[in-house]
Amino acid sequence: MTAPAPRRGAPTPPGLLAAAGLVARKDLAIEFRSRSAFLSALVLSLLSLVIFYFAWDPTAVAAVDVAPGILWVTFTFSGLLGLHRSFGVEQQERAMDALLVAPISREAIFLGKASANLAFVLGVQLVALPALALFYNLPLTTVLGPLAIVMLLSAIGLTCIGTLFAGITSNTRMAELLLPVLALPFFVPIVLPAAQLTAKLLAGRPLEESLGWLRILLAFDLVFLYACTIAFPFTLED
Amino acid sequence: MTPLLEARRLVRSFGARRAVNDVSFGIAAGDALALFGPNGAGKTTLLRLLAGLLKPNVGAAAIAGEMLPAPEARARVGLISHRTMLYDTLTARENVRFAAQLHGIADAEGATQHALEQLRVADRAEVPVRALSRGLQQRVAIARAIVHGPDVLLADEPYTGLDEQGANALTGLLLERRAAGAALVVVTHALSEGLAVASHAAVMRAGSFVRHEATAGLDVVRYAAEYRELFA
Repeated sequence: MTAPAPRRGAPTPPGLLAAAGLVARKDLAIEFRSRSAFLSALVLSLLSLVIFYFAWDPTAVAAVDVAPGILWVTFTFSGLLGLHRSFGVEQQERAMDALLVAPISREAIFLGKASANLAFVLGVQLVALPALALFYNLPLTTVLGPLAIVMLLSAIGLTCIGTLFAGITSNTRMAELLLPVLALPFFVPIVLPAAQLTAKLLAGRPLEESLGWLRILLAFDLVFLYACTIAFPFTLED
Repeated sequence: MTPLLEARRLVRSFGARRAVNDVSFGIAAGDALALFGPNGAGKTTLLRLLAGLLKPNVGAAAIAGEMLPAPEARARVGLISHRTMLYDTLTARENVRFAAQLHGIADAEGATQHALEQLRVADRAEVPVRALSRGLQQRVAIARAIVHGPDVLLADEPYTGLDEQGANALTGLLLERRAAGAALVVVTHALSEGLAVASHAAVMRAGSFVRHEATAGLDVVRYAAEYRELFA
C-alpha cells in the first residue's frame, strides 16, 4: 500500500467528548420530537406505583419499608423501555452505518448514547419520585439532597449496563426480550446498594451511616462505565 | 497512477459462504468504477468492506495509504446505501448537519445548505424526513453522504427511488465529484446509469470479479448483451 497522502484543509473530526455530545444531542432531539419512549416509561412507572399501592397492606408493612423496593423495581423496568428505544432508531434505516463510517470512535458513540439514556432515566425519575411520595406519604423533602445523589449514581450504573446490552441485542430478532434477560443480572450490583441507601434515607438515617453502600455504588459505577465503554466497540463487529 | 482507493486480495466470508472472494483493484483519483452483478454476487459486501463497516477475513483496503477502518481513512469516505441511513423524526437539514458535525466541518451550516442545494432539496430542508417521499429521502441521504466532500464516494444503488430530475442531479453530482478528484464506486443494476459515470466497469459473480475493464471505447449495447449472456 502507498504512503498516506497529506490532506490539505481537511476538517478535524470531533474528539471523544465532543462526538459523544453530538450523538447525545441527536438522540435527545429524536426523543424530544416523538416522546414515545419517555411517555411509555412514565406511564409504566405511574401504573406500577398505582398497582403496588393497591396491593400494599399499610397495616402489615410500613410505607418506608415497602417504598424503596417499589421505587427501584419501577425505575429498573421503566428505564429498560428507553434503553431499547435508543438503538431502535439506529436500526430503522441503518442509520448506525452512517455513524460507524463517520470518523468518530465507537467509544464516543457509546458515551453519547449512554448520556442520552441517563437524561432519559433521570427525567422519568424526576416525575415518578414525587408520585411515589404522594402515594406512600413519604417525607421526601427532608431527604431530597442525599436521595438525589443516590438516584444519580444509580442511574449512571443502570444506563451504562443498559446501553451496552441494548447495543448487543439491537440486531437480534427478540431484542425486547433479550435486553431485560441479559441486563437484569448486571443491574443487581447497582439496585442492591441503591435500595439499601433509599431505605436508610427514608427511615430518617443520615447518609453518613451508609457510606459503605455509597462506596459500593460508586465503585460499580466506575467499573461499569469503564468496562462498558471498552466493551462496546466489540459489540459492533459483524 | 497511484490509486486513491486500493483493495488487495479482499476475502470476506459469512459462515461457509464466501461473499467476497479474493478481490483486488485500485481506483485512481478522478476515476470511477461501476460495479455490476446479480443479487447475492457480493457487491454490497464489497462496498461495506471499502467503507470500513466490515473487516475482511483476508486482505486489506486503504484510502490514500490509510488502512481501513482507521478513522483517518473513514473521514475520506462518503457512503450512499439503498437504505437512507437517516433519522425519520429529524428534518432533512438536521440529518445532513449532524453528518457535517461528525466530520468536524467548521461551517457545518453552510456545508449543509450547499449539499441540500446540490441535490435540489433545500426547499424541503425543514421537513421531517418521514414526511418526504422516498425519492426526496434518497436525495437527502445523498446530501448527507457528500456534505464533507469525501475523496471516496461509495454508492450502493444510488438511483433507487429517484425521479428523472433527481437522477440527473445525481449523475451531475457524481461527474462533478470525479472532476474534483474523488474516486467513485457505484453499485447498480442499471448498466447505462453506471457506465455513464464510470471510467472502469467490473462484473461480480459469486464474490469475484469476472470482468474488469476501462469503459473508454466500450460499446454499451454490446456490453449489455455480453452481460446478459454471462448470467443467462
